[in-house]
Order: sequence, then structure tokens, then C-alpha cells
Amino acid sequence: MAVVFKKTEGLTDKQTHYCPGCTHGIIHRLTAEVLDELGVLGKSIGVAPVGCSVLAYDYFNCDMHEASHGRAPAVATGIKRVQPDKVVFTYQGDGDLCSIGAAEIVHAAARGEKITTIFVNNAIYGMTGGQMAPTTLPGQKATTAPLGRDVDHAGMPIRMSEMLATLDGAVFVERVSVNNPANVRKAKKAIKRAFEVQLEGKGFGIVEVLSTCPTNWGLHPVDSLKWLEENMIPYYQLGNLRNPEEAK
Amino acid sequence: MAKVLMKGNEAVGKAAIEAGCKYFFGYPITPQNEIPEYMAKELPNNDGVFVQAESEVSAINMIYGGAGCGARVMTSSSSPGIALKQEGITYIAGAELPAVIVNMMRGGPGLGGIQPSQADYFMSTRGGGNGDYRTPVYAPATVQEAVDMVMEAFEVADYYRTPVMVVADGMIGQMMEPVEFKAPKKRDLPKKDWATTGTNGERKPNIINSLFLDPQALEDHCFKLDRKYKEIEENEVKYEMYKTEDAELVFVAYGTTSRIVKNTVEALREQGIKAGLIRPITLWPFPHKAFNEIPAAKNLLVVEMSTGQMIDDVKIANEGRLPVDFFGRTGGMIPTPGEIMDKAMEVIGGAK
Ligand SMILES: Cc1ncc(C[n+]2csc(CCOP(=O)(O)OP(=O)(O)O)c2C)c(N)n1
Ligand code: SF4
Repeated sequence: MAVVFKKTEGLTDKQTHYCPGCTHGIIHRLTAEVLDELGVLGKSIGVAPVGCSVLAYDYFNCDMHEASHGRAPAVATGIKRVQPDKVVFTYQGDGDLCSIGAAEIVHAAARGEKITTIFVNNAIYGMTGGQMAPTTLPGQKATTAPLGRDVDHAGMPIRMSEMLATLDGAVFVERVSVNNPANVRKAKKAIKRAFEVQLEGKGFGIVEVLSTCPTNWGLHPVDSLKWLEENMIPYYQLGNLRNPEEAK
Repeated sequence: MAKVLMKGNEAVGKAAIEAGCKYFFGYPITPQNEIPEYMAKELPNNDGVFVQAESEVSAINMIYGGAGCGARVMTSSSSPGIALKQEGITYIAGAELPAVIVNMMRGGPGLGGIQPSQADYFMSTRGGGNGDYRTPVYAPATVQEAVDMVMEAFEVADYYRTPVMVVADGMIGQMMEPVEFKAPKKRDLPKKDWATTGTNGERKPNIINSLFLDPQALEDHCFKLDRKYKEIEENEVKYEMYKTEDAELVFVAYGTTSRIVKNTVEALREQGIKAGLIRPITLWPFPHKAFNEIPAAKNLLVVEMSTGQMIDDVKIANEGRLPVDFFGRTGGMIPTPGEIMDKAMEVIGGAK
């Protein structure tokens, strides 16, 4: 019988620990499929963050390096500078990338570090139990913003992709979402392009993926997808912010 | 190889390159700037890479990534910068990666000053980062020793898979002395088959990690590290005994301070006072056994460029047998032989 659908080589057989309905799993799968399809698994080195995806090193079927909170882009820089012929990527949450690791991502991008970042924005701190993130939306409830994010007190959420797109070294910046099959397909295309840009040696590439956290949002997985669509996408608009053709 | 006259910081850079260091990630801070400057100039000519990071935190994490690839990597900084690097150092220790970290100490706490100091003894020997780990710490007293120790540090780092620190002070970084670059005794180094170099489809993925969510697994890991540290304590202790055979007053001093104390020992001996010096060369592992080799000693006098940090280790090593006194200058003030002599007189007078 012909096999029409199978698990990608890019993932190990380990069962993931993600909550039911969490879209981290989809984003893992897309990233792994792309590495497999590009035929670069054997020369890939991934950097896992601190956050719900801290155990990503157990799931990706390639060499992996666990980093301290926020520092994945610096660790990836060390790896890429030592092995410029390898495919190096970071997988980071919004707390990891926009908060504690804001300097590391900005400067990796500014240096035009030839790495690819998969940035999972779920507008909250998942792993530590639902505290406010720099990406938490105005009025959105979090355990450290029990009445909802008050922008007078906490400021407005950071649109990281827009910020990074102002940097010359960031040659590929795109925001995608995985809330429906059409968007999942677009997300995969963007992730693939981001890795191709690295393979072409052009500079830094990042794909921001809007993701759900049913557990800490306190929503059913299906309602979470709807909440993402209705609340996150209007603030974090989807689309390409920068590509190498335009970055020239 | 003939001797050349070199500034301490530059000699440290050259020593690293001679030892096979190809990657340096750093961030400027006085008084060690000539190290990254030298590396920026010389590494590209030696098939290597220098990157100026945006912070010390980032620099040490670049080192973490580079070390994970199995390369010989080094970073350097001075006190406040090393404080920031402690985050990465504990991860490097936890993940058992080899790396060399040079600290050209300046006065603290806080922003402190830029003059030579030895006030990072606790930070270097007691961890500084979180968790159950140790770092071998070398304390050179001359530019030549700084060169030798940087080279040795790479061997020790690779042999034990551990970060190694070379802790000098701004004076050694800034002074010029004649130096010779001799390769250290080569060790039988283990293969770096754990490195993240890409599986090439030929082996299972390698994972560089320090996370153990299962407490039993973490305890096992910490005890494994501890066995390694015991081995280092067994094999890597280094110290110098200077005129201690008959010494009644035994100084304990390391680094630059030990050179000043040696002059004081000579001056005291000219006056008929039997003085000597124990000089720890490794601060961790600390040379506890040196304190069993001073048969005539009546007093110990610790001299440091701090308000007294190594004195704790001296008291542990001495186990309450002899009175222990202390003389220190700090904040970038350098003790003079005269004032050390005055303190010595007070100590032996008091013991009579
Ligand atoms: C230095 C440091 N500070 C804080 C933490 C605790 N911590 C773990 S995960 C996390 C937030 C992660 O949130 P995010 O990056 O958004 O990822 P998510 O869990 O939502 O996927 C924090 C603060 C840590 N491990 N290390
Ligand atoms: S806490 Fe949230 S982000 Fe983390 S696995 Fe669960 S649903 Fe996903």
C-alpha cells in the first residue's frame, strides 16, 4: 500500500509534553519537515530556549544545544561562527526572545548572523504558568496582570518582527499563524524560505509564528484558535516584512 | 623560541592562539582591552574568528555555543564583566564543555575602579553562578606565568571538559615583561565525540544540555561532576614554597601580591627574621597540603589586594593550628613592602 502521509524524519519518536491543543507541536513539525525536505538534517544544529519548548532538543532529529533563557541567538552565533557551513537555528518563545533575550536577538539580527529563528508568539509565559509577556495584548489577563494588561502601567505589546525588520542584517522577516490549514501552509512556506536564505548565505532570517496557549489562556483549544484569529492577528498583522530581494 | 618583550594582555592573546584557540568572543572593559584588540587583529590571520559581542552575557553564550562545537574558545573580561559572565559559566560547567575565561581583576564592588585588585577571589573560587560546580582557577604572578597558564588552561579544559579561569590583575595585564611561548606538556585528550557538529546522517543526534528535570538524574549528574572535581583536586593543585623550610613567619599570597611579599621576605631575612611564603598557583583547587610542609612555622600572615577573601581558605587549610593574621589593601591600592613589613613585625611581636 502506498504511504500517503508519515511522520517526518526531522522529528524523533519522543512523545512531546505539550498540552492538548497547543500549537507548539505544529510549529515543531513544520520546522522539522522543512529541514528534512531541504535535505539538511545531517548538517543542522538547533538551539532550544527556556520556555515550554525547552525540551525541543529531545524532539528535533538533529544535533541540539540547550541555551539559557533568551541567549539562544548568542549560542547560535558561537555555533555558526565555528561552523559556517552548518544550518543553525533557534526556536524561541516570546518571553525568551522579546523579554530577557531582547538584546541577543536584536544584535544577532544586526550582525546579519546567518542563522534562522523560529519565534513562537503565544502572548504569554506558558512554562511558568501564565504570567504577562512583552507580547501580552492590552486588556489580556495574565497571572501577573490579573485585571488585564494595563498599558499605562505595563506599556504596549512589542511588535518584534516590525522592530527587527528595520535592521539591515535581518534579510528575511515574516509573521505567520497556525490557526487554520491555509495559514499552516503559509507558515511552512515562510519557514522554508527563511532556511533557504540561510543556505544562500544572505543574512539573518526570522519567522514569527502566532501560537496558542489554551492552558494559560483558560480556553478550549478550538476557542483558542478563534481567540488568536480575533485578537492576535489584528494587532500582529500577518505577512512578509522583509525579504532578501527587497533588503538589497 | 627566543624571548620577546610583550605587554601582559597581548601575551595572553598570543598564548591562546599558540594553544590552538581559534575563536574569541568578548566585550571591552578596562584593564583587559588589549586582549580582544589583539585577537581582533591576529585571529583572522590564524584561520580564526573574533566577534565583539553586545554584552558579556552574550559573549559567554557565544563561547558556550562555540565550545559545544568542540572548538578551542576563549573569552576575557574584568571584574564587573566576569560577574555578568557567571550565567554562562555555570551552563558551560553544567553541560561539561571546555572553555577558557581570563579575568584581569579590578577593584569592586559595583563599578569599583580600574586599578589592580584581587577582590574576585570569592567569585572565582566559590562559583559565582548557580549550582553545584567548581572551576579550576589559575593565578599567575608574572607575564610569563600568564602565558604558560593560558596554554595549560586549554589542556586542562579539554582533559576534564570544564571551564577554566585564569585570574590575574590589571597589573599583569598592563605590564611588559620578556616572555617565551613554550607549548605545555600535551595530555592524552579525550575525543570530542559529544560535539554538535551535525550528525551527517551517520550517528544519533548529540545534545548539549544542563537541564535535568528529574531530581534523581540531576543528583547523579552533580555527583558525577563532583567526582571530576575530586580528581582535579587530586591532580591539578599547584603552589610554590618560597624559603619555607626554616620559616617561622609564613606569608600566604598569590599573583602580583606574592611578588611584593617575596621582596618583603628578603628584607625580613636581612634583619634575621626567618620568613617564607606559600604561594597558591591554583586558587581552586587550593593547596591545602602546602600547610603540612612548614615545620618551623609559628605564624601565618595572609596578604591580599582585598579586604580578606583567601584568608578563609587559609584558615581551612591550617585547621586552627597556627595563628592566622591578615594584611590587605583594596580598591586598587597596592601594598608596599614597607607596610607589609610593619604588619609582619606586629605579628611576630604579638606572638612572642
Ligand atoms: C534566567 C531565568 N529567568 C527566568 C526563568 C523562568 N522562566 C522559564 S520559562 C519562562 C517564560 C517563557 O515564556 P516564553 O518564552 O513566552 O515561552 P512559552 O513557555 O510561552 O512557550 C521563564 C520566565 C529561567 N528559567 N531563567
Ligand atoms: S502551557 Fe501553553 S504554551 Fe505551554 S505547552 Fe501548554 S498550551 Fe502550550
